[in-house]
Amino acid sequence: MAPIVSVSNLSKTYKGGFQALKGVSLDIEEGEILALLGPNGAGKTTMISIICGLVNPTGGQVLVGGFDVVKDFRQTRSMIGLVPQELTTDAFETVWNTVSFTRGLHGKKADPKHIEKVLRDLSLYDKKDNMLRELSGGMKRRVLIAKALSHEPKILFLDEPTAGVDVNLRKDMWRVVEDLRASGVTIILTTHYIEEAEEIADRIGVINGGNILLVEDKAALMAKLGKKELRIDVSEPLTAVPDALAPYRLKLENNGTSLVYQYDTKGERTGITALLADLAETGIKLRDISTHQSSLEDIFVELVEARS
Amino acid sequence: MNFEAVKAIYLFEMARTRRTLLQSVVSPVISTSLYFIVFGAAIGSRIQEVEGVSYGAFITPGLIMLTLLTQCVGNGSFGIYFPKFTGTIYEILSAPVSMVEIVLGYVGAAATKGMMVGLIILATAALFVDLSIAHPAMMLLFFVLTAITFSLFGFIIGIWAGNFEQLNLIPMLVIPPLTFLGGSFYSVNMLSPFWQTVSHFNPVLYLVSGFRWSFFEIADVNPIISLFMVGLFLLICLGVVAYIFRTGYKLKN
Ligand SMILES: Nc1ncnc2c1ncn2[C@@H]1O[C@H](COP(=O)(O)OP(=O)(O)O)[C@@H](O)[C@H]1O
Ligand SMILES: [Mg+2]
Repeated sequence: MAPIVSVSNLSKTYKGGFQALKGVSLDIEEGEILALLGPNGAGKTTMISIICGLVNPTGGQVLVGGFDVVKDFRQTRSMIGLVPQELTTDAFETVWNTVSFTRGLHGKKADPKHIEKVLRDLSLYDKKDNMLRELSGGMKRRVLIAKALSHEPKILFLDEPTAGVDVNLRKDMWRVVEDLRASGVTIILTTHYIEEAEEIADRIGVINGGNILLVEDKAALMAKLGKKELRIDVSEPLTAVPDALAPYRLKLENNGTSLVYQYDTKGERTGITALLADLAETGIKLRDISTHQSSLEDIFVELVEARS
Repeated sequence: MNFEAVKAIYLFEMARTRRTLLQSVVSPVISTSLYFIVFGAAIGSRIQEVEGVSYGAFITPGLIMLTLLTQCVGNGSFGIYFPKFTGTIYEILSAPVSMVEIVLGYVGAAATKGMMVGLIILATAALFVDLSIAHPAMMLLFFVLTAITFSLFGFIIGIWAGNFEQLNLIPMLVIPPLTFLGGSFYSVNMLSPFWQTVSHFNPVLYLVSGFRWSFFEIADVNPIISLFMVGLFLLICLGVVAYIFRTGYKLKN
C-alpha cells in the first residue's frame, strides 16, 4: 500500500541561513503511530510545519494521500489535524466556539454531536462555555487536541503533546490516541522523551541535526540494538572475578555482590548457558538472577554519539 | 472555494465585535456628537450655509466617512494582526483555505462592522440636523465600496505590521489628517487655487465629495470621477493583496 505521508529529500533553510532540515526522507504508513524522537532543535517541528503548510520547504517534496502539500494544499490539509507545540489560544473565545471554528475552517459543516463527543473524550465538556483564558495550561492543551480532532482528520500530528502535561492528561491523551488508531487514524507524534515513544509508538524515527538517523519498528529497533544485561547476585562478596570466568568479561558491582554479564540479544548465542555452567563449576553460591533490557534512551545516546 | 471557512472566519470576527460592542459603538457616537456640537453649533452658527446646505448637514457625509474609514482600517488591520500576534494564525495557515477565503472572511467582517457603525453615525446625525438623501442607491454604492476598500487597506496594514505601533501608525497618523483635509468640514472651493490643487491629491477628497453629492447634489469633484477613483483604490488594494497571496509575505517562513 502506498504510504499516507511520503517525505522525500526535504530540506529547509531559514531566512538567517540556518539549515534545519538536510534532505529528510520518510514514509509513514496509513494507520500507524510513528514517534519522531530527537533532542531540541533536531528539526521535528520544522518538518511537521512543512507538512501542515506553516513553513515553505526550501527543497524536496511531501505527498499526503498522494497529493502535494504545496500544490494540492486543499486536499492535504483537509486530511490533517495539527496539535502544535506552543499553547496558542484566543483568550476570549469559548471552548465550544473555538473548537467549532476549527471545524469550519476545514470546510466541514457544523456537527454539534461530533464536537460534543470530542469534548467529552477529552474531559472538556463541562468547560465548553468557559473562555479559554480561564483554563489551566493542561486544559488548553486539551482544547488544542479537541480543535485538531474537530474536523475528523485522517492524519493527526502531535508536536510534543506531553510537554508540561500532568499524569491525568497524559492518560486521557493516550486513550484518545488508542481510540483514534483503532478507527484507522494515522498518528505522528514528536517527543524527546524516550519512554513516550517506547510506550505508544509502532515505529520510531530518530532525528537529529536535521537528519533522520533511522526509522524502525519499535520492537525491531529494540531487538537490533538492544543489549541485555544478566545480573547475578552472589551470597558471599567477591574480591575479584574468578579466572575461570574471564572469557565472559564480567563486571563486579555492588561491593562484589553482583556479577554483570552483557550480551547481545541479536547474537546467535547469548552465552548464558555456558556462563551458568562455568559459574556452577566455581562453586559460587547464587542468590538471585535478573535481566535488564537497555532502554531506548541508551539506544538513542548510542546512535547520536555514533553520528557525531 | 471553502465557503464554510469564510463563514467561520466571518462569524468569528463578528463574535469579537459583539464582545467589544460597547466600545466600538459608543466611542464613535460620542465623538461624532462632539463634532456636531463643536463644529455644527459653534462654527455652524457663523458659517450657517455652504452651497445652500446647512453647515451641520454639510459636514454629516464627511463625518460618516471619517468614522467609516477609521473603523474599517482599524478592524481590517486588527482582525488579521491579532492571530499573528497571539500565534493562532497557525490554524488559518494549516487549514485548507487560500488567501481568497482569508480575505473574504476578515475583510467582509471588517467592512460589515464599519458599515454598522457608519449607519449608527448617520442615525446620530439625524438627531442633530435635517438630512435628506438625494441618491440613496449612489450613497449606498459609495458607502459599500469605501468600506470594502478601506477594510482591504487595513488588512494589508495588519499583514505588514510587525508590532502594535506599526499597526496603529497609519490609522492614527494618516486617516484623520487626510479626512480633515479632504473637505469633510468645508468645501475645497473655499480654498485658494494652490490648496485646491493640493487637495486633489488627497484620495479622501473623492470619497467625501462623491458621498456628499449623493446626499445634497453638491460636490467638489464630478461624482463620476469620484466613483472612478473609489474603484481605482479598490483595484490597487486588490492588487496588493494578490501580490501578498503569491508571496505568502510575512505570514510564512
Ligand atoms: N523561524 C525560524 N527561523 C530561524 N531558525 C529557526 C526557526 N524555527 C526554527 N529554527 C531553528 O531550526 C532548528 C530546528 O528547530 P525545530 O524544528 O523547532 O526543532 P525541534 O522541534 O526538533 O526542537 C532549531 O535550531 C531552531 O533554532
Ligand atoms: Mg519542536
